[in-house]
Amino acid sequence: MNIDFALLVPEFLLAGLVFVMFGVDLFLPADKKAYLPYLGVAGLMAVIGSVFSLLGDEGSLYGGIFLVDEYALFFKVFFPIVGIVMMLASRDFVTKHLENPGEFYGLVMVSVLAMMLMASAAELLTGYIALELLSFCLYIMAAYAKREARSNEAGIKYILIGAFSSAFLLYGISLIYGSVGTTTFTGIAEALQAGDDLRTAFLAGLIFIVVGFGFKVVAVPFHMWAPDVYEGAPVPVTAYLAVASKAASFVLMLRLFATAFMPALDDWKIIIAVLAALTMTVGNVVAISQSSIKRLMAYSSIGHAGFIMVGIAALSESASNALMLYLVGYSAATFAAFLCIIIYFNLTGKEQIVDFAGLAERSPMLALALTVSLFSLAGLPFFAGFTIKFYLFTAAAREGLLWLAAIAMINSLISVYYYLMVIKQMYMKPAQDPQESTTAVERLKVPPVTTALLALLIGVVFLVGVYPAPIVHLIEEATPLLFSNAATSLASGP
Amino acid sequence: MKLAIAVISVLTLGLSIYIFVAFDNDLQGYQFQTNRYEWLSDLGVTFHLGVDGIATPMVLLTGIVMVTAIFMSWNLNYRTKDFFALLMVLITGVYGVFLSLDLFFLFFFYELAVVPMYLLIGVWGSTRKEYGALKLVLYLVASSVLVWVGILAIFIEGGLGSFNLLDLKEAEFGSGFQRAVFPLLMFGFGVLAGLWPFHTWSPDGHVAAPTSVSMLHAGVLMKLGAFGIIRVALELLPQGAEDWKLVLVGLATVNVIYGAIAAMSQKDLKYVIGYSSISHMGYVLMGIATLDPRGMTGAVYQMFSHGIMTALFFALVGVVYDRTHTRDISILEGLSKRMGITATFFAVAGLTSMGLPGLSGFIAELLVFVGLFKTYPVIGVLGVIGAAITAVYILRLLAKVFFGPLDPRWEKLPDCSRLEGAAMLGLVAVLIFGGVYPQPFTSMIDSGVGPILQRISLLT
Repeated sequence: MNIDFALLVPEFLLAGLVFVMFGVDLFLPADKKAYLPYLGVAGLMAVIGSVFSLLGDEGSLYGGIFLVDEYALFFKVFFPIVGIVMMLASRDFVTKHLENPGEFYGLVMVSVLAMMLMASAAELLTGYIALELLSFCLYIMAAYAKREARSNEAGIKYILIGAFSSAFLLYGISLIYGSVGTTTFTGIAEALQAGDDLRTAFLAGLIFIVVGFGFKVVAVPFHMWAPDVYEGAPVPVTAYLAVASKAASFVLMLRLFATAFMPALDDWKIIIAVLAALTMTVGNVVAISQSSIKRLMAYSSIGHAGFIMVGIAALSESASNALMLYLVGYSAATFAAFLCIIIYFNLTGKEQIVDFAGLAERSPMLALALTVSLFSLAGLPFFAGFTIKFYLFTAAAREGLLWLAAIAMINSLISVYYYLMVIKQMYMKPAQDPQESTTAVERLKVPPVTTALLALLIGVVFLVGVYPAPIVHLIEEATPLLFSNAATSLASGP
Repeated sequence: MKLAIAVISVLTLGLSIYIFVAFDNDLQGYQFQTNRYEWLSDLGVTFHLGVDGIATPMVLLTGIVMVTAIFMSWNLNYRTKDFFALLMVLITGVYGVFLSLDLFFLFFFYELAVVPMYLLIGVWGSTRKEYGALKLVLYLVASSVLVWVGILAIFIEGGLGSFNLLDLKEAEFGSGFQRAVFPLLMFGFGVLAGLWPFHTWSPDGHVAAPTSVSMLHAGVLMKLGAFGIIRVALELLPQGAEDWKLVLVGLATVNVIYGAIAAMSQKDLKYVIGYSSISHMGYVLMGIATLDPRGMTGAVYQMFSHGIMTALFFALVGVVYDRTHTRDISILEGLSKRMGITATFFAVAGLTSMGLPGLSGFIAELLVFVGLFKTYPVIGVLGVIGAAITAVYILRLLAKVFFGPLDPRWEKLPDCSRLEGAAMLGLVAVLIFGGVYPQPFTSMIDSGVGPILQRISLLT
């Protein structure tokens, strides 16, 4: 077997940089540690550069269990960007509220590495190990505010549930291996097309895998842990959980379902569709009654997980395009919203929805940015949310799931209500607090780096909203490959 | 900033007038078409603009109402920049709906027109503004879900992989499908047109909204609903229109009568005008439901005429509210002694609303009634009764608020400013022009209505 290690350069580079980060952290005096994220950003940019150098020589490694194709490369650019955003977004927060910043940024980099591996994984165990690597980083990060009981509780809950869901995944993998005799995605697809005497064990395995992923992407009824963990974790980590962990799980899930399980589409379509409907309904309805902005965002992200699952249920090339675009638009808008929440928390230490009263007076820029991101999440036009929802729901309707699309639209309507509640606080309520009537009207000073970052994210939200063609073009090159394995084996099948 | 907005809006009005003047009634199909710019090829979404004989008067209407609305809020001094920026977003959405020939973009702009309303009403509004703003947005977004489902169903059933209206017109839609999807669009767009019983967002929204937003809301935003019914539902689903026209005309009759009676019993000037809008939009929907050339032309002309008239009404109410800080009819008395110009304009708007000959409302309502008597004579009688009720509440309002003895507390009231007067004079001029020389409008609308009705008549 000819192994082209050049394909692994980004991963090796990133792994090396993690140790550089840990090493530099050891020797850096405490007052200089605020510069660490810039080191991380430079490193991740180098990683992105090395990914670009791979364009054009796609290939596979280790007998096809590790793929470097356009799909993987797309996300190998996407995830480091998420990592960069995460480091810059959390810089002020970490400096102020957390100990051991070096390890924190190191963990972010390890998690980016894990997500990059997930994008490439074309075999169940490889995918599982990458997912575990990501999860372990997140367990630690959720409990990173170690002097805070809330954060500790979040960490414990998260690791227990995480272990539980991993067990489901592993059991599902073993059942599938038992029934088809292979764990590679293409192998599973071929076995599915060849024989039909393996239905029961295979289906059981598939359901276990769905349950396992259900925990990871926070689908109802496997969502109970999420609001507590989201609320307890430090705010930037909450953002990271809502964006990165969810996106990476969907990236792996999409490849798994599109490549391996596609031949059995009719068996699992309805399961995923029902899960999606449940997830979005529970997420959006429960979000209405929240008073903490972090919990609101937690339930909103559950609702969005439901929307994204519509794309899996309606799996087709069009749906897969839509799903990838959704991940981009959702990530940008969610991170932008969280960045506003982080900035506000850094400046005031508050995180209730009512605390946002009068933000439009205190910092018009911040209020506008949060409004734009929430409008985008609500799916209103000019912003990414409208485009991605329209694309995804149309793709679903095309695959005969108009009923699911209709449920999704109604949920989207519900979400408008609770996002407006936040906007109402910012624009229509006076910035008055009886205890601190003197400071309330003070303007908030937002640091320039975060302002620039926020502008960038909002820019992406607008770009996807009004001119998605460039990104869609990249996506359209990536998706056919997901289905090509199934298609070629279909052609060569009996 | 304000100056830039004024220049841009006047230029836009100029372009709208140019389109109106240069529109050729004898040509078939859509005019001033842009290229089809591919926007999302996977879904067959193209950016494609063009107008027909129905959209052109609406474009002109939008231009006129926009310019006057901006001048009416010239003296606004609370977060001016934000206000005008949002107003511009709203107007972009309105223009977009009238111009789009692609259902995706039609829907895009349709939703875009709704978004800024929340902040415009919630931040700059008055009475119960948070309630009014939220109610309005939730009603409209909920109705847009129906439209969305309808558009997706048309897209799938059309099977052409295109959202373009011109492509979809060639598609064959089964009669069962049309019967099922037409109500989605009829009610979805109908909510925005103030269709009873989903109209309550509109008066509440009006009362809460600042003057210029009320003007745009009643003047053009509600027209989007009626326009959507014609453009999407009638053009693509002629069989569905045939099946559902009785329901539509029935509800529209309730609109006319109920709106007029409700307007009669209001204490707040804005509620009166708000409910009168509901009543007048009823005529529009009635005219559409006749599926008759006269009735439809009347409906579209009524959209134009009512748009100008109601913008004038809300501008006047805004002036009165600005000077007296009240809209309570029982307090306002004899204002014409101090506010002569305002009172005169109000009388013109009121007479248009009653359908007095010489003003555009007369032509529009006459055409609607002609169409109605041809198709549903009984409903026609009810429509005329509605007009009679309108006369009652408008004349009572005029008599009480403007004429009659002057209440001493309004002794020192200033009249409208020159800018306001000029803006409103423009609206009055359009009303009179439309009343004495309606030919350019009606023949243009005829050219747009004709092909649609031809498709429907081919069915039977």
